[in-house]
Amino acid sequence: MSNVLELVNIRKSFGLELVLNNLNLSVPEHTATVLIGASGSGKSTLLRCINLLESIDDGQIFLDGEEISDPLINVDEVRRKLGMVFQSFNLFPHKTVLENITLAPIKVQGKNKDEATTAALALLKRFDLADKADQYPDRLSGGQQQRVAIIRSLALNPRLLLLDEITSALDPVLVNEVLSIVRDLKSDGMTMVLATHEMGFATQVADEVCFLESGNILERGSAQEVLHAPKNPKTQEFLKRVHQAGRL
Amino acid sequence: MSERMNSAWSPSSREIQRRGERARISRRQAAIAAVSTTVVLGTLLIILVTSPGWEIVKETFFDIDYGREVFPTVIAGLWINLQLTFIGGFCIGVIALGLALLRTTKSPALTPFRFLATAYVDIFRGAPLILIILLVGFGVPALRLKGISSNVIFLGTVAVVLTYSAYVAEVIRSGILSIHPSQRAAARSLGLTSGQTMRYVVLPQAIRRVVPPLLNDFVSLLKDTGLVSILGVTDAVRAAQINASRTFNYTPYVVAAILFLLITIPMTRYTDRAMRQRTSAQNSEGAI
Repeated sequence: MSNVLELVNIRKSFGLELVLNNLNLSVPEHTATVLIGASGSGKSTLLRCINLLESIDDGQIFLDGEEISDPLINVDEVRRKLGMVFQSFNLFPHKTVLENITLAPIKVQGKNKDEATTAALALLKRFDLADKADQYPDRLSGGQQQRVAIIRSLALNPRLLLLDEITSALDPVLVNEVLSIVRDLKSDGMTMVLATHEMGFATQVADEVCFLESGNILERGSAQEVLHAPKNPKTQEFLKRVHQAGRL
Repeated sequence: MSERMNSAWSPSSREIQRRGERARISRRQAAIAAVSTTVVLGTLLIILVTSPGWEIVKETFFDIDYGREVFPTVIAGLWINLQLTFIGGFCIGVIALGLALLRTTKSPALTPFRFLATAYVDIFRGAPLILIILLVGFGVPALRLKGISSNVIFLGTVAVVLTYSAYVAEVIRSGILSIHPSQRAAARSLGLTSGQTMRYVVLPQAIRRVVPPLLNDFVSLLKDTGLVSILGVTDAVRAAQINASRTFNYTPYVVAAILFLLITIPMTRYTDRAMRQRTSAQNSEGAI
């Protein structure tokens, strides 16, 4: 099995604060890697580093064996292969749902408009949003907006999908409609790295769960191992707090 | 979103009572507003009309017959102001957009231009418009450059465009900077280049956001075109001045002022409305 993503000794700091410290991670094809950990443990920073939205201080990032942390690499070309979904959706408010989805296929991949529109409508239909194609994002619920944001990433057929706490800004009733898309993608064999606080969901989709604490992966393993029988006292402590918050 | 049927509803007796109360309150407020307006405006009018110099002021500033006589020349001058405003406005839009983009770019190849754009904005935003008009209007012809027109209308327009481009560039730049970085992050992570991100994601939102202040600048531009009269351009102000100095009756100035107001007041009202809509739209933007 080949690794889609390979992180070697990643180090990242913001000023004096060390956010990622000598972090290593491999993501094989068709697997979902779930990052858990308290706020500020470095999950989002890690995802932004993979996407080259942040530059790393040391270490190497490989995508399909190619080093993308090389400063001479064309970052736009790398990002075409990576899908990223944000906590705050970040849809373009001046464009309709359909235009949000077709912008990158047309401008980045050079598809013609009809082709991109057909593909976008097929995706919208698949995820029950066909009737929202011509709406503007502010007419949609949070859950619908986030589903559109996921579809916007999928429209580029990414090699790897990065999901950054995609349900944290949603009210509990809307969380499930977003997570069910991710479950579908998982069964399609999409390779994913996701940061989440939804432990039940993590159990369902994760091939590997990584517990991040002060910039490093303290414990990793199957969902069963890490979430239900954690060995590290810090993991136990974190899960206990999550449990008390009613999220397990 | 399905609208629920609203037909089977008739207001309760309490609601009917409330409506009566609301109507009574608004009638009372309208009456107070009317009385207050009559008292204030009436007092001002009485002060004006009973002032010792009123008779002379009426003759020299509000001579209706003379106003009618000079009206055609003043309105011909106003046509110059309007032409200047629209042609100048177009040039200003193009130059200001270029300046704003230069000042927000990070491209290393454009570093010298970024520096020049900053210097340009500093100079022309800091110097009084009337000085720029005088310097361009009298300085450029003195250079005796070949191919540069010494037409005063042309030079006046150039001076106004130079100054206003600096103002408008700053307005557009502030719009660009007001777009949340997450929009740029989303666009870049879709593989759009920084140029495409500016063109398709940042700029459309930024321009929409600064439309009200731009309309405001447009109203100011129309008024400030009156300043080119100092170069001898026969615009509305100059036309009024010529007539007034011929007869020592200042009614032409009042005519010119009224004509300017007839154009600027509707524009200002429209700007206010656009501004209000912008504010309420921003408040409903929520998580975006």
